[in-house]
Amino acid sequence: MNKKSLRSVFLNGVLTENPTFRLVLGTCPTLAVTTSAKNGVGMGLAATFVLIGSNAVIALLRSLIPAKVRIPAYIVIICTFVTVVQMLMQAYVPELYESLGMFIPLIVVNCIILARAEAFASKNGVLLSMADGLGMGLGFTAAITLIGCIRELIGAGTVFGLPVMGPSYEPMMIMILAPGGFIVFGSLLGLANFITSYREEKRMLREEAEQ
Amino acid sequence: MAQEKKLRLSTAPHIHCKQSAQTIMLDVILALLPCAIIGVIYFGKNAARILVLTTLSAVFAEYFSQKVAQKPVRIRDLSAVVTGLILGLNLPPTAPWWLCVVGSVIAIVVVKQLFGGIGHNFMNPAMAARAILLTSWPVRMTSFVYPQLFSQGVDTVSFATPLQGGSATLFDLLIGNVPGCIGEVCKLAILLGAAYLLLRGVIRWYIPVCFVASYLLFARLFGADAIAGVLSGGLLFGAVFMATDYTTTPMTARGQMLFGAGCGFLVALIRSFGTYPEGVTYAILLMNVATPLIDKYVKVRMYGERGRAA
Amino acid sequence: MNELSRILLFMLSCVLSHNFIFARFLGCCSFLGVSSKVETAAGMGLAVTFVMGLASLFTWVVYHGVLVPLGLEYLSTLSFVLLIASLVQLVEMYIKKSSPSLYKSLGIYLPLITTNCAVLGVAILNVNNDYNLLYAVLNGVFGALGFLLAIVLMAGVRERLEVADIPKPLRGFPISLIIAGLMSVAFMGFSGLGG
Repeated sequence: MNKKSLRSVFLNGVLTENPTFRLVLGTCPTLAVTTSAKNGVGMGLAATFVLIGSNAVIALLRSLIPAKVRIPAYIVIICTFVTVVQMLMQAYVPELYESLGMFIPLIVVNCIILARAEAFASKNGVLLSMADGLGMGLGFTAAITLIGCIRELIGAGTVFGLPVMGPSYEPMMIMILAPGGFIVFGSLLGLANFITSYREEKRMLREEAEQ
Repeated sequence: MAQEKKLRLSTAPHIHCKQSAQTIMLDVILALLPCAIIGVIYFGKNAARILVLTTLSAVFAEYFSQKVAQKPVRIRDLSAVVTGLILGLNLPPTAPWWLCVVGSVIAIVVVKQLFGGIGHNFMNPAMAARAILLTSWPVRMTSFVYPQLFSQGVDTVSFATPLQGGSATLFDLLIGNVPGCIGEVCKLAILLGAAYLLLRGVIRWYIPVCFVASYLLFARLFGADAIAGVLSGGLLFGAVFMATDYTTTPMTARGQMLFGAGCGFLVALIRSFGTYPEGVTYAILLMNVATPLIDKYVKVRMYGERGRAA
Repeated sequence: MNELSRILLFMLSCVLSHNFIFARFLGCCSFLGVSSKVETAAGMGLAVTFVMGLASLFTWVVYHGVLVPLGLEYLSTLSFVLLIASLVQLVEMYIKKSSPSLYKSLGIYLPLITTNCAVLGVAILNVNNDYNLLYAVLNGVFGALGFLLAIVLMAGVRERLEVADIPKPLRGFPISLIIAGLMSVAFMGFSGLGG
């Protein structure tokens, strides 16, 4: 446990402790912005940027921040990065910024970021914390892009804006509305649980056979 | 302690009766038959095709989901037939085949089996499926036509229902000479089914009567034509067949009255002020959601307990 | 339409058709996390109502009274977050002193509210929609009442489903999300109410 490699920390974020499907953090943006694959990628990358930045700064300052005011300090650091992202997106991808709307400033209270600051960056070095931020961020990005793809495919017949279902397909509009978000996320979460427990069971059986 | 939690405790008397899930469902199917037959006579073979398709796909969906979940297959309790039939009767007679199949699968798999099957779903499966279809394919779900029986030759054009601004006399509304869903247009057939269910003791009067009464009250309050409103859209069909589903409605008489009154109020509210011209489906779903709370706070009076002294 | 009926319709739309959970996806974490019992859900809902009402008032005053005159709008997110965090602290301290019984029932939820995105969300919404002070506070209070309604209904359903035979991989979060999805289908019936 003591010797964490950058690679294992990164993979931990993407797979083993995927923030969306394993830890179930940050549900609000997961539900709200996944109406299309493109929105999913945009939101995910914005959150990744904030995660890497805030993790790095918090890890750097971890011995300087007094324990008592650490949460407000973290929030200020996170907020700084969010404001930077907000301004960058407004300047360079105004269309995406419009469609993500208020969920960009709301990255501040996204529990993934505060949770990683508290659980990881406050205890580890700068490089490791950045790897953790990258892993968690990309794990989050992959998860919400997947949800976005599914919702866009069924709800609009396209993926990343490209028509894939043929002209006779009549899209199931509810999937890009509120209920679709809850139901797709819930089903995928159930699927993830199923796969995990299935693999767990198989591993236990194998271990029993070996003994 | 854990054991205790899993038992549903109710106060005495516990009455045994011969009714089983299967006989109740059979009664409901019989009560639905007048609506189904009239629907087929009115709207022709497309209506028959829709009813058969929804019923069959509901039963298949039930069978396969119970197989996949490795549970005993219980399609013999006929609950899937009822769900499929009610969904079919709630579709417009122009519905394409895939709409029927998707609707039935949603009703059975998503709304019922994911929650553990019969007795555990918290929403009426047919209603929830209808609401999902309505949001997904609004044009398909509102392409209504006049019954062929009364108007030969114009069955390919879709018309506004009376609630959407079409016109109809009270007599037309009563016999069903209006565009609408297959099962809901002929009010006489619905009343026949209601009489049968009441006589057989399958449903009690509390929900349907309170539903209609509260609609009359609030529709008048909101300035709508209350009498025509009762005879329009799916109100009567919903009040008799959907708002009386055992699983998703309160257990006590007082709870059921509250449920019915709530439905009536919500229908009047949605019809008068909302975007949708028809609110019966949503009203019933919303009251389904409130049912656990009603059951929690409107308790059964203990046997022998007098009314609380004032 | 006169002003009073417009305000009434606005309040109704905050609770029903623009429900924070089912239409805006704000506050989902606590909605899913604190909704297994009706009593705790009601406690959480009340605490949120209290804080959201105050937060919309104070953030509006700070934004229009301080940030706009100084041209510091880009600091709004930062100042809102700090304002809400300190507000929650103050409310907690005040309730602890003045009403221990209320503190006992609401106290444990208050710290959780700092990271409830509904509170920051309402502040940002008020700015984005350019509400005046009255509408901002109404949006906060009635939006929160919509949250209260949603979380209490959710808790009722979840209490009932405790005894249901739900497929194993779906227990917990997945089934809660699916319940929420079906509830939001029902809430779509309110669309258009109050504009």
